[in-house]
Amino acid sequence: MPGSKSIIPFGPQHPVFPEPLQLRLVMEDEKVVEALPAIGYVHRGIEKLAEKKEYTQNIFLVERICGICSFMHALAYCQGIEELMAVTVPDRARYLRVIWSELHRLHSHLLWLGLLADSFGFESLFMQSWRSREAIMDIMEATAGGRVIISTCIIGGTRRDISDELLAGVLKTVDDLERELEIIRPVVFDDYSVKQRLVGVGRITQEQAHDLGAVGPVARACGIAMDFRTTGYSAYKEIKVSPVTETGGDAYARALVRVREMYQSIDIVRQAVRDIPAGDIAAPAKGNPEGEVISRVEQPRGEVVYYIKGDGTKHLERLRVRTPTFANMAPLLAMLPGCELANVPVIVLSIDPCISCTER
Amino acid sequence: MGSIDAIEISLDNLLQEVSGKHRQGYRFVTMTCTDVGDGYDILYHFDKDYELFNLRLYLKKGEELPSISSIFFAALLAENEIKDLFGIPVKDLAIDYGGRFLLTEDAPAAPMGKGCSKSIDIRLQGAPEEEGK
Repeated sequence: MPGSKSIIPFGPQHPVFPEPLQLRLVMEDEKVVEALPAIGYVHRGIEKLAEKKEYTQNIFLVERICGICSFMHALAYCQGIEELMAVTVPDRARYLRVIWSELHRLHSHLLWLGLLADSFGFESLFMQSWRSREAIMDIMEATAGGRVIISTCIIGGTRRDISDELLAGVLKTVDDLERELEIIRPVVFDDYSVKQRLVGVGRITQEQAHDLGAVGPVARACGIAMDFRTTGYSAYKEIKVSPVTETGGDAYARALVRVREMYQSIDIVRQAVRDIPAGDIAAPAKGNPEGEVISRVEQPRGEVVYYIKGDGTKHLERLRVRTPTFANMAPLLAMLPGCELANVPVIVLSIDPCISCTER
Repeated sequence: MGSIDAIEISLDNLLQEVSGKHRQGYRFVTMTCTDVGDGYDILYHFDKDYELFNLRLYLKKGEELPSISSIFFAALLAENEIKDLFGIPVKDLAIDYGGRFLLTEDAPAAPMGKGCSKSIDIRLQGAPEEEGK
């Protein structure tokens, strides 16, 4: 019946969703009128578990909040503990942290590009993105011993160093990736069918993005120049970083931001490899954390916030984690109304959702 | 013992203070709740130009928390989470999940609260369960 409303439960299992998320879509014919997210399928109680583990063990725990940005979870946590315990991280370790952070950003953005391409049926772009990602995973394994969860960040620095030979390997990997991006970039930027599926889809204004608390590429695609790397944590204060922004506010703008950020990450890796000083990779941390602190890091999906409260024992009183996808859920609810049902997967993938992060 | 900079507020001026942050152009970042025994320490985090601004509210157990989702819509997710995990009643939520935002029907009540009877059992894989548990 024309004008009548129906509710479609979209997910939690859906071919394009890599993780379980349900959207309850209120539909009028093929148009979405309203969307309500239903989560909780992968809630693991990590914040509670963090109170039971020792604060040193929590590094391994927070890395498991999300595999894709695992290093940056550990980084945000370690930075917070280091501030509480007044530990100064050696310069070389700060640069190593930047290198591994940017390698994570690269493999995360390539993973996302493949998933986005898959959401609108561009299988060859999906396969090419993931093929390129493999080289990043390989160099991660060579430098850290693990492909996804690398556990190199510790309180006071890093667990491992990267030899000069391997640093040359890192440079070769990003050089090769840059050449492959030169093939991928025109497809995302100019291909007719990609633009047909992305331009004008899931658009929000800059005011909406700010008001709804958007972070990361979702905010930057609306022209908000916000990137926490510019605050200068780790070695970012010595490395040139400026936020990559677009103004379209739609799925296309979000795609452009992430593709451009891959070039930016390559540039940051080159700067870090060129300027990394010799020296120690870790400083000793004695005692237990006492007091409260907030640590923020720019993950591939945006700002992650760690609130850490210690009481002077080896167990934390509270660990609270606000992940970027959690912040981007409210903007997602503003993107969906008015769109066609066929565009729902594209819009959801355009925020690069991480449900494991969101639920913890 | 170091602590973060936070302005102490009460239930009487919570909505007024939050409205003030909205008018000043702050972005809602998140909320943090900690069970401190006889009550809850609730932090509201806002950001402007990379600077955090925090409001700190002490809520007695049994008291109702007014939602700020009519001012910052994004807060409804953090408020629903607090409602689930700490069992704090939140009134005037823009979307109320009824305590089922993250938790299922058979989940323990208020698992983040200090009074939660369900403890986390940490054992090595394959280790026998202790007697009496």
